Amino acid sequence: MKSLAELQKIKERALQRKRLGGQNARARIIVGMGTCGIAAGARDTMTAILKELEQRHIEDVIVTQTGCIGLCEYEPIVQVQVGSEELVTYGKIDTARVPELITKHIQGGEPVAEWIVK
Amino acid sequence: MNEESIKQIAEVVARYGANQESLVEILSDLNAQLGYLTQETIVEVARRLNLPQSHVFSVATFYSMLNVGPTGKHVIKMCEDAPCHLRGGQEVWQALQDALGIKFGETTPDGQWTLQATSCLGLCAVGPVVVVDDEVIGHVTAERIPEILARYRDEPSGGAA
Amino acid sequence: MTYRAQVLVGSAGEKAPAVEQALLGKIKELHLDQEIQVLEASTLGHPEQPVEIAVYPDGVHYVNVTPADAEVIVTEHLYKGRPVEPLRYREPQVEPLPAPSTKEVRVVLRNVGKIDPENIDDYIAEDGYQALAKVLTEMKPEEVIAEMKASGLRGRGGAGFPTWLKWQFARNSPGDEKYVVCNGDEGDPGAFMNRRVLEGDPHAVIEGMIIAAYVIGAHQGYFYVRAEYPIAIRTLRVAIKQAREYGLLGKDIFGSGFDFDLEVRMGAGAFVCGEETALMRSIEGERGMPTTRPPFPAVSGLWGKPTNINNVETYANVPQIIMRGGQWFASMGTEKSKGTKTFAIAGKVKRTGLIEVPLGITVREVVYDVGGGILDDKKFKAVQTGGPMGGCIPEQFLDLPVDYETLASVGSIMGSGGFVVMDEDTCMVDIARFFMEFVQDESCGKCTPCRVGTRRMLEILTDITEGRGQPGDIERLEKLGEYIKKGSLCGLGQGAPNPVLSTIKFFREEYEAHINDKKCPAKVCRALIEYTIEAEECIGCTRCARNCPVDAITGKAREPHVIDPTVCIRCGICQQVCPVGAVHVE
Repeated sequence: MKSLAELQKIKERALQRKRLGGQNARARIIVGMGTCGIAAGARDTMTAILKELEQRHIEDVIVTQTGCIGLCEYEPIVQVQVGSEELVTYGKIDTARVPELITKHIQGGEPVAEWIVK
Repeated sequence: MNEESIKQIAEVVARYGANQESLVEILSDLNAQLGYLTQETIVEVARRLNLPQSHVFSVATFYSMLNVGPTGKHVIKMCEDAPCHLRGGQEVWQALQDALGIKFGETTPDGQWTLQATSCLGLCAVGPVVVVDDEVIGHVTAERIPEILARYRDEPSGGAA
Repeated sequence: MTYRAQVLVGSAGEKAPAVEQALLGKIKELHLDQEIQVLEASTLGHPEQPVEIAVYPDGVHYVNVTPADAEVIVTEHLYKGRPVEPLRYREPQVEPLPAPSTKEVRVVLRNVGKIDPENIDDYIAEDGYQALAKVLTEMKPEEVIAEMKASGLRGRGGAGFPTWLKWQFARNSPGDEKYVVCNGDEGDPGAFMNRRVLEGDPHAVIEGMIIAAYVIGAHQGYFYVRAEYPIAIRTLRVAIKQAREYGLLGKDIFGSGFDFDLEVRMGAGAFVCGEETALMRSIEGERGMPTTRPPFPAVSGLWGKPTNINNVETYANVPQIIMRGGQWFASMGTEKSKGTKTFAIAGKVKRTGLIEVPLGITVREVVYDVGGGILDDKKFKAVQTGGPMGGCIPEQFLDLPVDYETLASVGSIMGSGGFVVMDEDTCMVDIARFFMEFVQDESCGKCTPCRVGTRRMLEILTDITEGRGQPGDIERLEKLGEYIKKGSLCGLGQGAPNPVLSTIKFFREEYEAHINDKKCPAKVCRALIEYTIEAEECIGCTRCARNCPVDAITGKAREPHVIDPTVCIRCGICQQVCPVGAVHVE
């Protein structure tokens, strides 16, 4: 990194990548993978999400991780963003809830209201 | 000390550098690989770092995560500090000791399990927390202990404990 | 014929006929057979938990019913009209999730939970490393110090020393070789704010460290993280590697001619290493024992060289202060405690977790608005702030603002920001003994008052909680506490007596009850409580006797049972299993 201009270029590229359209993706799923999330089973949740997407041949959904959002009581926490809609944060998403979450929110486009944290 | 062990120590020392500032990391790494630090290990590390053996031993005994005695196949760590204590940690603490028939700091006679107290893991929000080998398990209750232990007992390589 | 109620018996499970027989027998015995009908049903919804019965029209389901339970259900529910709560089956409820606190202001945590910590581009997209670029290309070190001074930022590790002044001391110390160190040895039980920052936004801390290094003139930094945080360490290593690949660490950063690199050092489980001088000894490969100050690290730190050491949260604030200005930061908080602070809330609250709020928020707001109040709506008793060297703050101070000076004025400390909440069921002597056990265990042994004094205090506290307390023990604890505070080198020893002294100050009557009356008012200390069965309430169902691990309970079926206190180990199981709440604690 030798100049501010270089940093700006990386920033623009990163912003571009963050926009779903930039990656031809219809949705993004973010799993909280801080230690508290993992202790509450986030790793299993992540695996279940990936498996479920694969089984349903859904390829245009980006799955990423993030740190702890601070509602540790509600881990595992999963955030879902479909298209240009607001990011929805779900609490206590264990493996059993994953299929319904994907059916309703990713495929159906309707958030699962009773699991929403904010 | 066999050649393989000497080679293992040499590799670790090379990875971190043969100087005193790497001592804690070298010992931590060897502790993770070997389960505990034998007298031979300490002597060999001291020789390679050109430090007095007493110094290496004093460091090895100072830090609670370094073991100078043998540990079991599975190491169960638990923090029973105030936040988890308030949320039922004491029952879990007792249930672990009852289930394995040993106290914290001890290893079962069959060499399968070691119970260790650890300092706070910073997971108080999902406490009580138990760490088995390197896996963290949150929201533990006394009732869950048999099920958690069974998970590790059933490992094919583990045999019947 | 119309029946007043129907009892459905799920036929799954081999014990169903026996349960049905018990039901019919008891119903007949109580002459209810004209009012209540017993029917067989194939399944009632939970075949995995036989035997299930359901009482209609109440709609109450019971699972895992034994013939003895069946009789209790008839007597209590069908005859007296009171559903037997301990046997009752409840659908796992979907708890309503709380709205996040509106009091939260995110500075340190602005990216945490938002970006992928293992992707540096995510951080850069959120204006990451812009502050570093500004500092290295536009600002002189003095200007950075002036901005830090304007911000009023004080050390977030606990002591609250002004950050700008620490930087200035290290900058003014003569010498070409200097170091910056980040203290990530967050050992206070109940504190996990640094873990969260390291796991969620490692680059903010790295950026803050590089800026500090530029200001004091250091070219090498060390990140000391406790080994209990393996994921934080892994995330941090990934972040450092990515920063190096982008040339944000290394030679000639932003073409400024400034070189800086960073290494991670791991602790190995020694609480005292959170103390700055002990931490530096640990980095050097020594036993992590504190040394006298002065000389302060700014003059003689790592390997005797001038060293600036701040904690994770302090560094993470720096890029924001540079980007948005010291004035902006100083506009939050109180007169002497500026900005925001992260707090970890644990213990007996409804919502445990972590939050960032402006300093000056009241203790009540933290416990009730942020923590959601006390678990099971019990009564608040005290909150312990600042970790094991902090004090317990009682109810009368709930409305005090949380800042460095106010907490100190009531015998506690800010520390790293842990809040451990206690309710009416917490015994303050037990909790004080608990903290003393912790510091006694973690004392490094260098200073005699701390090494021996904490052991003596622990012995006295153990005696008190086990019924061997003697008159004069409270005074002995106070005297020892003062000696330990005065005679210890580092914060661990100086703070070790705080939980005991503050609980004596605010809850002296609990100590007196333990010592003089041999009673534990909160009914926690096992040696001082006794379980009894109220003969008039006991229905003689034998559940307690069957579940007692030491056979301390005797009595015939359908007759009141009795606990033998000489055999009883006070495990409390009888109280948990009693269907009518006849077991009491004295």
